[in-house]
Amino acid sequence: MNIDNVMKLEFLSKSQNESFARSVVAAFIAQLDPTIDELADVKTAVSEAVTNAIIHGYENKLGTVEIVARIMSRTVEIEITDSGKGIENIEVARQPLYTSKPELERSGMGFTVMESFMDEVEVSSVPYQGTTIKMRKTFKKL
Amino acid sequence: MNVTFESIGNKLVIRINGDIDHHTCEAIRQRIDNEISKKNPKGIIFDMENVGFMDSSGIGVIIGRFKQISEKGGATSMINVKPQIRRVYEICGLQKIIGVYDSLERAVNGMA
Repeated sequence: MNIDNVMKLEFLSKSQNESFARSVVAAFIAQLDPTIDELADVKTAVSEAVTNAIIHGYENKLGTVEIVARIMSRTVEIEITDSGKGIENIEVARQPLYTSKPELERSGMGFTVMESFMDEVEVSSVPYQGTTIKMRKTFKKL
Repeated sequence: MNVTFESIGNKLVIRINGDIDHHTCEAIRQRIDNEISKKNPKGIIFDMENVGFMDSSGIGVIIGRFKQISEKGGATSMINVKPQIRRVYEICGLQKIIGVYDSLERAVNGMA
């Protein structure tokens, strides 16, 4: 599929950047005139992925989170990458209610939310090198 | 982000103003827990009218407070839930434990 537009964003893994990151992605994809629900779905999925990078990837140490968003016709593809500790067992991490940090009162629903709100979610991770979450969603025709 | 409270009988209404995400949830949690230990309510009602965005970090906050209140035999409910928040609420299965009401009055009476 031809890429119609691309943007790349890099920021420090500080929690105050979570709202900044989801707002930037929402502003970028607004050019496709998504519905309010479609826009909210993408914002929520981005928020989950960025939160995972900050809490689990870097465990609140400072690192860099990178977001690349591509527009291909009515499809958006969003890649969120950290260079943190990686995920040991992706299958287990994706299970609903699983959390490696119950002491933080995490709901363990981050991946479930991403999978519910986006059409596709791919996770690739290498221990001590980092994690990339690639998500796609196709918006309804105008 | 700020959190305000109103007591109606033995129920505590919790009004959160702003986004609920991982960045804001710790402060929200502390404010609510302080108020719960001061007032010892029999039920809590989250008024979500001024919450523009919530992700699963917010679900963690709500479930945590639900557990505290239900240990004492009380109920938790929500009002003024916008569609984005409702979808997160449903995906996370909260409808099984936390009722959503269309007005404060109904929430107060429904939890009696």
